[in-house]
Amino acid sequence: MNTTSLYTARVLTAISMVASFGVNAQTTTAAAQLHNRATAAMCANCHGTDGRTTEGSAIPALVGMPKDYMVLQLKAFKDGTRPATVMHQITKGLTDAQIDTISSYYAATKR
Amino acid sequence: MKRRSFVQASMALGSLGALSSMVGCASVGRVPEKARVVVVGGGYGGATAAKYIRMLSNYQIDVTLVEPNSAFVSCPISNLVIGGSKTMADITTPYDKLSGKHGVNIVRDYVASVDAAKKTITLASGPTIRYDKLVMSPGIDLMFNTIEGLKEANTSGQILQAWKAGPETLALRQQLEAMEDGGVYAISIPEAPYRCPPGPYERASQVANYFKQHKPKSKVLILDANQDVTSKGPLFKKFWADNYKGILDYMPQHKVIAVDAKTQTLKFDVQNDVKAHVLNVLPDMRAGGIAVQSNLANVNARWCGVHYQTFESTQAKDIHIIGDAIMIAPLMPKSGHMANSHGKVTAAAIVAQLSDMPVNPEPFLSNTCYSFVNDKLVVHVASVHQYDAKDKIYKTVPGSGGVSGAPNALEGVYAWNWAQNIWADSLM
Repeated sequence: MNTTSLYTARVLTAISMVASFGVNAQTTTAAAQLHNRATAAMCANCHGTDGRTTEGSAIPALVGMPKDYMVLQLKAFKDGTRPATVMHQITKGLTDAQIDTISSYYAATKR
Repeated sequence: MKRRSFVQASMALGSLGALSSMVGCASVGRVPEKARVVVVGGGYGGATAAKYIRMLSNYQIDVTLVEPNSAFVSCPISNLVIGGSKTMADITTPYDKLSGKHGVNIVRDYVASVDAAKKTITLASGPTIRYDKLVMSPGIDLMFNTIEGLKEANTSGQILQAWKAGPETLALRQQLEAMEDGGVYAISIPEAPYRCPPGPYERASQVANYFKQHKPKSKVLILDANQDVTSKGPLFKKFWADNYKGILDYMPQHKVIAVDAKTQTLKFDVQNDVKAHVLNVLPDMRAGGIAVQSNLANVNARWCGVHYQTFESTQAKDIHIIGDAIMIAPLMPKSGHMANSHGKVTAAAIVAQLSDMPVNPEPFLSNTCYSFVNDKLVVHVASVHQYDAKDKIYKTVPGSGGVSGAPNALEGVYAWNWAQNIWADSLM
């Protein structure tokens, strides 16, 4: 199987998986994905769309950052154990659930 | 497959939806009869909303952006052009990526009128566009008529505002360059709320830094209608005392009521007149003209009331209003960063509503605002605003947010990188 047909097969599998969910489950999943992506986008003002910063940026890119690492860093900013210029002030405004959502999103986004 | 389920399936598939729908959708300047979403105004709010409605719908919802300018010129960083350490090119970003990369249909025009009942807008050039959802990001209008003589003095180019970045930014820089050493630059500040609370103090700092290096006998006067510096007060005042002593004077409770362009004089409600060689007068502000004219500025006839969860107007269904034009909840600054945040919350709400999905019950907004006190050192203010479903308003989280400890060069680097990243996030 060449690369293109493998890709097509994966897409078809994905479509059939989506189609096999009930309408409500499908709506719930799609809504959760939308809300999670929009929540993570609150970081993009500084850290770039989907966590990709402009070239040469001193502000770190978040795309592909391992989830466990990111959760630990955000919580370290929040409890003051990791010093920062601004992130200690931002993270104190986030719930643990939002930290989890944001970290999951960037970990799942491919570099 | 029905449209609704197609949108949801393509969301589940992520990039496939993006790839398949990107082909052939990058037209520019086409005036459609109908767009699912029309966005009015391509600033930090509108450009972000347009881009993110495209992205968050996996490029399934068509978006037409109406914007008269050919390129985006940033208000943040524009004070550095006035101070001389950045250029207009540094703060200018073209709109071509919004169309070419994201498939936003850009119509270069003004909106002449909005018909909320018929759900149409009419362009200044004549055509009408129907919409399912309208996003208005009209920015601010300067209320020149609240200060006697200011309208004429600004029209003639003698007394500038430069509060909307663009030609006046460069013109103000040229006035400062042309001023002889020993002259006085005076900036007047209106009562809050106005666009960019720390902006006037940053601008005064930039001009003082320019004078200190190039025109050491010259002075900066800040004439503030407010009781005290409205943002980052202790940080600005300490830096002024340590670095601009004898150059910069701050005068609170000075409300300008008239200007005399012939004699270069500011008149106040109480205090004595002030004369200066370069006058930079900022009058009261309100929501951009198209919002006022469309009866959407329903708070004190100045600002647009919105339902904060979706930014839908409290006045008209299916019209969402974002950016500096809205009536803010307490502690929500009128800033570019906030407008970008409004744009994303609104984009997600509109994608949800057009796809029959529930709107996010707990959105939040973030704000980070950097001010340069000279050409390298920076102070910031940051805040997080969580939506409170019970009170239907954004509230800052106790213990969150704050300001810099002191002006520092590290944040000078971050501030410039912030600008580059938010320009890319809003426009590219």
